[in-house]
Parts: sequence; C-alpha cells; structure tokens
Amino acid sequence: MSEKVRAVHYLNQFFGQIGGEDKAGIAPFDSPGHVGPGMAFAAAFGDEAEIAGTVICGDTYFGENVERATDEVIALIEKYRPDLLIAGPAFNAGRYGIACGAVCAAAAERFGIPVVTGMYPENPGVDMYRKDAYIVETGGSAAGMRKAVPLMARLALRLVRGEPTDPAADGYLSRGIRRNYFAGKRGSERAVEMLVRKLSGEGFATEYPMPQFDRVEPGPPVADISKATIALVTSGGIVPKGNPDRIESSSASKFGKYDLEGVEDLTDQTHQTAHGGYDPIYANEDPDRVLPVDVMRDLEREGAIGKLHRYFYATVGNGTSVANSRKYAADIAEELVGAGVDGVILTST
Amino acid sequence: MVKEIERAGLPVVHMCTVVPISMTVGANRIVPTVAIPHPLGNPAIGRGEEKELRRGLVRRALSALATDVRGQSDFEEE
Repeated sequence: MSEKVRAVHYLNQFFGQIGGEDKAGIAPFDSPGHVGPGMAFAAAFGDEAEIAGTVICGDTYFGENVERATDEVIALIEKYRPDLLIAGPAFNAGRYGIACGAVCAAAAERFGIPVVTGMYPENPGVDMYRKDAYIVETGGSAAGMRKAVPLMARLALRLVRGEPTDPAADGYLSRGIRRNYFAGKRGSERAVEMLVRKLSGEGFATEYPMPQFDRVEPGPPVADISKATIALVTSGGIVPKGNPDRIESSSASKFGKYDLEGVEDLTDQTHQTAHGGYDPIYANEDPDRVLPVDVMRDLEREGAIGKLHRYFYATVGNGTSVANSRKYAADIAEELVGAGVDGVILTST
Repeated sequence: MVKEIERAGLPVVHMCTVVPISMTVGANRIVPTVAIPHPLGNPAIGRGEEKELRRGLVRRALSALATDVRGQSDFEEE
C-alpha cells in the first residue's frame, strides 16, 4: 500500500486569506494542511495526493526581495518533505506570478520534484519562468479558478506518476522543449503538404514555431540634459485628486494627460493614486513618491534639466492588457514627440 | 509602455522596484527604486531626507538618459 503523494501549496496573502494590499508586505509563514483554494486541489487529488502544508507570503514582500523570499519560502516548504509543489494559480497578478514562478523554479532545482503553477499568458511570470515550471494557462482573474484547478491537479498527478505530458493536451504553456520522435512521413513530404494547405487557404500548424523577439533598440542618449525637456509618465496611477477621468483601479481602459503648469509639489490635497494593485497609503500621502514632480521642479530651477514637460501622463498598470498598454503608450509617445520632448522618465509601482 | 515610447525614438528610463519585470517588458535603461508602493520615497524616514533620496534617484535616472547604452542596462547605485 503506497502512501499518498505529499504536496505543498504556495499562496499569496490574498488567497492565503490573510488580507488584501494592506497585508502584501507579510513575510512567509506556513500552515499545515490546505488553505483557501487548496481545498479544491485536495478534492481534485482524491486519494492519490494530499496537501501536507501551505506556505503563504505577501506579494509585495516577495516582489521586493525575490532572492531572500525564495530562500525563506523554500526552507518552509522543505519542512513538509514534499513530492510535489503547487503554486497559485496567479491568473494575471504580476507580483504573484513572479513569486509562483520563482518558488517553482527553486523547488524543482532543490528538491527535484514536479512543480505546477497557473497563470494568464500575459502574466510577466510566464516569460520569466516558463522554462522552469509547468504553467497551466488560466483566465485573467480568479473567476478562472474553477477551470484552472482540475487542469493543474491532473497535470500534477501525471507528472508525479511520470507519465508523458503535452502542452496542448494538458493545457500548459509550452516550455520550449523539443522531443525527438519518428514521424510517419519524411520532412520534405510534410513541408510540401503544409505548403499546399497554406496555398489553398486551409489551416496548417507549423512544426517549429518561431520565438517572438520584440526588442526595441535603446533610444539615443540625450545630448545635453541641462537643455532637455523631460516628461514624466507613470503606470502607478497618479491622477489629480478625485480622479477626474475615472481611470479604473485595474484593467484601465484609458490613460490621462494632466497639466503641471504652476504645480511645484504633489500633495494629498492635489493628487492621489487610482491604482488598485498596491497599498495606496504612501502614494496618497505624498504622490511625489510615485511621480517626482517636486524634485523635477528643483532640478529645473537649478538648471540641471532644461524643463519639465508641461503635462504628465498616467495610467493604472494593474491587470491592464499588454495590447491596451501598447496603445496608450504609442499615443502618449506620439504626443511627446510632437511636443518636442527629449527624454522620458517612466515610473512603475 | 517603455518599449512603445522608445519605439517612437524617445529615450526612456524606467524607474521601478521589480527589475526582473522591467527586463521582461524590454526596458533598456532601468533605475531600481525603493519599494513597490513607494518607488521614489520612504515613509520611514523624515520628509527632508526622503526628498534627498528621491533627488538622488531622479539624478541617476537623468544620467541614465544621457548615457549611450547597448542592450538592457541596470543603473544601480555605484
């Protein structure tokens, strides 16, 4: 009679039922058994596996100290002598995705056990850790939990049993691993067939998808900062008090352009953050902590920069799709170029 | 966002706390900052000292803008 597979589950403060952004600074700790979504995993595992323990860490704590937090989390995971690690799912939460990816990568390396997490394809954790972890594709929000759990649990059990897996069949994002196999037809035949399908407008699947590199060359340096016009842009959601454009706290549908004429300093009376993805207390108390208007004005007066551009641009980078962010930034860039701006400081939270 | 602005030909410096994200999104000039909820400040110190800290970070960002870089560069404190 074999014993149950021992799984450890990694969660953030929110899914770990500790609290929201105000608790995101919490250091890692563990708790025996399952917590929150762990219950659904335990049910999906049936008699084959159990969640021996859960390790919980705040997203901000992790994001600000990735290496240290990884070591601390790994030490807690080790206590449960795991055969398997489940992390998240993190959906489209950036810091959580990175934490899940980093913990999975470290656990796979340290313990040599299968590691499974779940993320939305645009989560930055995907590009960073897809080679190190099995990342099941999920929806963009926690509404996708019900679909994600059975897929993650099934994949985890297949990995524990040593069964072969496949990204398309098992619902995970390709890790970029190529496996040799004997095909029924030789390459030239397959290529001609593919070409014929393409020419006749039928669907075809490439055997070797090209990696997508989208790198932009660095812009040329600003020749003389002391004569340059510098613009401020932020994804940290700084807006005039009252958020006149009603920029959404997550999945922002727009960006704002705000006049800085005569503004020397951002204060809790004049500006605030609209961002819902970090604890807003500090930014609301002094918005210069995210958008440094006060020191830019000092530097302008001292002649260290030519001038601060009259307008600043802001959106909320919280679950905002890559396509939308691109569009906002392209519009912003066009205006900045048109206005004769020489360089941009973009701040992110 | 950094990439689209740079694509338009403008040099851009990304000031952020989670540098790996900045690398992933393709920023070329990166200045690491203090903390996620207050990248350019630190509520634990006095307002005067905090402004000095912010000034130092902004100055580093400006010198990054004036620096010719090849590929992704992290402008950490010297």
